[in-house]
Amino acid sequence: MHLRPEILEHGEIAPRILRLAFHSPELAKAALPGQFAHVLCGASHDPLLRRPFSIHDADPDSGRVAIVYEVRGRGTALLAEKRPGERLDLLGPLGNGFELPEASNRPVWLVGGGMGAAPLYLLARRIAETVGSECMTFSVGARTAEMHICLDEFRCFCPTDLESRFWIATDDGSLGKRGLVSELLLRRVEAMDGPNPPIIYACGPTAMLREVARIAKEHSLECQVSLEAKMACGVGACMGCVVKVRDGEGFKYVRVCKEGPVFDAGRVVWGNG
Amino acid sequence: MVFSPKLVGEIAGIRMKNPVMVASGTFGFGKEYSDFVNLSDLGAIVTKGTSLDPWPGNPPERIAETAAGMLNAIGLQNDGVDSLIKEKLPWLAEFDVPVIVNIIGKTVDEYAEVARRLDGVQGVAGLEVNISCPNIKHGGIAFGTDPKMTEQVVRAVRSATRLPVIPKLSPNVTDIVLFARICVDAGAGAVSLINTLVGTAIDAETRRFRLANITGGLSGPAIKPIALRMVWQVAQAVDIPVIGIGGIMSAEDAVEFFLAGADAIQVGTASFVNPTAAVEIAKGLDEYLARHGFGHIGEIVGTVQAS
Repeated sequence: MHLRPEILEHGEIAPRILRLAFHSPELAKAALPGQFAHVLCGASHDPLLRRPFSIHDADPDSGRVAIVYEVRGRGTALLAEKRPGERLDLLGPLGNGFELPEASNRPVWLVGGGMGAAPLYLLARRIAETVGSECMTFSVGARTAEMHICLDEFRCFCPTDLESRFWIATDDGSLGKRGLVSELLLRRVEAMDGPNPPIIYACGPTAMLREVARIAKEHSLECQVSLEAKMACGVGACMGCVVKVRDGEGFKYVRVCKEGPVFDAGRVVWGNG
Repeated sequence: MVFSPKLVGEIAGIRMKNPVMVASGTFGFGKEYSDFVNLSDLGAIVTKGTSLDPWPGNPPERIAETAAGMLNAIGLQNDGVDSLIKEKLPWLAEFDVPVIVNIIGKTVDEYAEVARRLDGVQGVAGLEVNISCPNIKHGGIAFGTDPKMTEQVVRAVRSATRLPVIPKLSPNVTDIVLFARICVDAGAGAVSLINTLVGTAIDAETRRFRLANITGGLSGPAIKPIALRMVWQVAQAVDIPVIGIGGIMSAEDAVEFFLAGADAIQVGTASFVNPTAAVEIAKGLDEYLARHGFGHIGEIVGTVQAS
């Protein structure tokens, strides 16, 4: 859908990180966790292309939809100037979305790194609405304490047993454990008990996802990752946003905007970059 | 829904309800944009470049945004001509829009074989020949930058089919008029120009090229002045129809190409910014003609005056 929703709120939630909420009942109803919106940031031909943002929250009752993004370049800098009352121009929902767990008997491990926590919030909401929130644990990492973005939102899903279900890491040790979120994942793996294997949902920087995928593979765990890519069209027409995946004995290139952004971690051919 | 008698026309025997086509490589095979655009509103669809066997394309990164434009090094990823015929064309046949298949090859023989397989296939209105592919039998020099190779490819395709043959010219040459004339002599029914301009981009912080392929093709508003100049030069020099491509974002841009001598135009990168760009441009052309008192788009073709 090509939509022009009105902006409700727009403000900083961490240094250079903003949450932009807008009113779009159609998008709120249609959006699946893991999908994204392709947003026009400027009013002129420069910067030219739309920017993709994963959907952070979508409430079908109120029609409120939100994205969380980091100001990194000229596009996001322009987006940051938009005010409530103004209209956004976006294409969405795009992409394939996470596959939700079918029943509550399996542990659900949400693993987020930095900005990757943003789409995991909508995922957590939908899991809570369908199979319940008790099966979920959260492992989130960021560079520093102030770079964490969804802590309060995730805590809401753990009214009891917060200590064991909600783990935080920071690179500099300013909050939670000093280290990487992948190390938190390893601790969960070591502490695994119970009859049913967990399903891992991960989103974050590529280096983090590569490590999460390695851990999942080593322990034969089901793992879905949400990837990022530079995009031109965002709808699957231009073939610009591809990722390398296994194809039989060889490989092929598939579109992050169409066959993704969510992929089975074992399918992705992780680069060494 | 755009239907105006002012816009109806025909290029190389292909009848179009309006002279606004969507450019190869920017619209896939139509399906991806069908949620946003009524394909039957388009003048024509030019498909993604189609080769004999599937081509995997280049590794990422394949795109880089530039000032008022973008570079692409997709590498012509496609599933091959047999998949096009079996899967994509039947789906497109549901719509009332001419489908022009863009064809690519690594050798002259490959181009000819693709053309042969598409000859007589239901739902194919014409062939656009992407001559900017590297010729692997001649060290990877692009066909379209060598006069002899250009002639060979166009003749071979012309002999292999009864369909209209429309070579898409490369702008990465010193004299594009020379190449246009070669295509006329080799049997082209029309020419389309321009394809992308070769460029590169570097990330100053990582000190790396932004594209895995190092170079890529520049498209978007940045290339319009070059495209417009080349369309004007070619239209002056040849009698066959000229299809103008390059940075067209609006009806006003499109009018400039018609004034320069284009008989039809293609919209490419603009679709990434606005999925309905091509249809809106067609509407805008109709409004321009009405506003200026013209009865048909043909009345403004090639009528630009000295300043």
